[in-house]
Amino acid sequence: MTKLPRWADVVLVPLISLLLAAVISALVILALGESPWEAMKTMADGALGSPYAWGYTLYYATSFIFTGLAVTVAFHAAMFNIGGEGQAQMGGLGVALVLLALPVWPHWTVALLAAALGAAVFGAAWAAIPAWLQAKRGSHIVITTIMFNYIGAAVIVYLLVSVLRPVGQMDPATARFPPGTHLPTLNEMPILNLIFVKKVPANVSLFVAIAACFGVWVLLWHTRLGYEIRAFGKSDRAARYAGISATKVIMVSMLISGALAGLMSINNVMGESGRLLQNSSEGAGFIGIAVALMGRNHPLGVFLAALLFGFLYQGGAELGLWTTIPIELRTVVQGLVILFTGALDQMVRMMLGFFFFRAPERTATARAA
Amino acid sequence: MDYATFLQILDSTLRLATPLLLACLAGLYSERSGIFDIGLEGKMLVAAMATGAAAYLSGNVWVGTLVGIGASLIFAGIHGVASITFRGNQLISGVALNFVASGITVLIAQALFGQGGRTPPLDGPARFSELTLPGAEAARAIPIIGAFYAEVLSGHTILVYVGLLCVPLTWWVLYRTRYGLRLRAVGENPASVDTAGISVVRLRYSAVAITGILCGLAGAYMAAGLQAGFGREMTAGRGYIALAALIFAKWRPWYALWATLLFGFFQALALRPDVITRTFGFDIPSPALDALPYILTVVVLAGFIGKATPPRAGGEPYVKER
Repeated sequence: MTKLPRWADVVLVPLISLLLAAVISALVILALGESPWEAMKTMADGALGSPYAWGYTLYYATSFIFTGLAVTVAFHAAMFNIGGEGQAQMGGLGVALVLLALPVWPHWTVALLAAALGAAVFGAAWAAIPAWLQAKRGSHIVITTIMFNYIGAAVIVYLLVSVLRPVGQMDPATARFPPGTHLPTLNEMPILNLIFVKKVPANVSLFVAIAACFGVWVLLWHTRLGYEIRAFGKSDRAARYAGISATKVIMVSMLISGALAGLMSINNVMGESGRLLQNSSEGAGFIGIAVALMGRNHPLGVFLAALLFGFLYQGGAELGLWTTIPIELRTVVQGLVILFTGALDQMVRMMLGFFFFRAPERTATARAA
Repeated sequence: MDYATFLQILDSTLRLATPLLLACLAGLYSERSGIFDIGLEGKMLVAAMATGAAAYLSGNVWVGTLVGIGASLIFAGIHGVASITFRGNQLISGVALNFVASGITVLIAQALFGQGGRTPPLDGPARFSELTLPGAEAARAIPIIGAFYAEVLSGHTILVYVGLLCVPLTWWVLYRTRYGLRLRAVGENPASVDTAGISVVRLRYSAVAITGILCGLAGAYMAAGLQAGFGREMTAGRGYIALAALIFAKWRPWYALWATLLFGFFQALALRPDVITRTFGFDIPSPALDALPYILTVVVLAGFIGKATPPRAGGEPYVKER
């Protein structure tokens, strides 16, 4: 099969995949006895219809940008990091330990810097062991990161139930974070508060996430390290021959990946809940896989795909509220998007190729006639 | 721990190890043929939902089991199409199908029964009944062994014994039949199998189908044997524990039995914190027991206790012509 033009590969393949996922979801909604059109309208209204709705969509998108970037960086080194979920929860632990260390914080900027550092270090640390095992012992990173998701969840449950829970509190969670750690939400920021009048969960982490997109872009395409990561990802043997250290690339790319996944905790743990709860990441680590695949492993694509999944998440929650369609529909769509963009991409390309390579034939016959 | 308590724990070990064993053997066929399958969890889940729903609607557990196997086969088929026909990424396909399964089971159960994504409780002929092995009552008279026979081995549902029988059967198929030889060969070096004039595609599809059937049995056991009905996310990571057991067992059937029994034992212990405290004299937090299978698997993967070498062609799509 001839290769598709580059723009088609970058733009059309994810779009067609999305369309296929949407068609199947529409059929599912029909089978549930609801109208897909009405469902789409409910989703659009609830996720994009007002600044208030956008406040939620952007809140989810912020988390997904971080986890999407995490999967992207690892993908460029030809590694599939399924451990974003565990790394994000560990990042939450980092945020909680740092913020609870002081009784009062002087200013939210200081707290944000410290918490971000804690989140990144804990996330990276949770990725470090699978990375080291991959680099030194050849243990498959996919399996080890899955195992670390479960081990991480068990560690968090133990810590919340037996160690970090304040005396006299029933639910397994840490104490509330001290004063001075509240991150400004969009409705509390100058200028933006003219648009966002009601209280929304989206907070200043959104701008950290956008900065992270830019940072990852610079790292991957404008630094020597990024070149090494991409070269190793394309062909590890060629990279080794060129003197690139496999251990270094595997370790560094996974540490960055884990740190990015951990960083999402400044959005949900610090920005929204204000304390560490069980299962704080709520599947965002897994959505990073869909976001990275959909965004074609480019920070700009990740940003757009994160917005799309933010829409899907907020819209899906609205469906659960206003219709009989269960909220789990969004998990189905998420799975379908991953399936079409990540595993059935050849099929989508073949479908596209059918249209692309029929056209020249037609002109050839036209010319002959 | 006295002998009676010990037998009780062994009894629930066998109960809890069965879904792990069935799923682990399921993964064994697929991975031995060179198709990685992270989607054991998803297949078990759809099978559990389909079994719960069909057994309730028909009032017959065997109808439920068949429908469960069918649902699992559909998912196995999608995985096969993605990873064999379209040469897609097998790991991503498995992950994707797990998500689809997690969502679609709740959607369907909610649409059918409107009970918050559960199926109604099963009873009577809609559930697997417990079998008493011949001579179990008489054997109680024999000290130690008799009690073991009556308490631990006897009194399980049929799928427990099916699971146990699948172990020697799998061993026999894998190491004593022509199909098994070809299956192992296609996971190591598909080009050589192709050269011998055997279809790689057909072999791999057959392996993926066996995986679907066994995952279907595992799911049916979850919904109609271990518990009475389907509940959302009821497999609770068992597909991943089975995957861990498969690596722990180094992709071998008898080791798979021991690995799943060990992991089942951890699960059984986690259910009895009182016994742990009495036996060891201190508390082992139940999250630690939950995490133990995963930790052991990482240790095995790291090669500190023996080396787990996966089938060589695993995860790579076979391209006949370049």
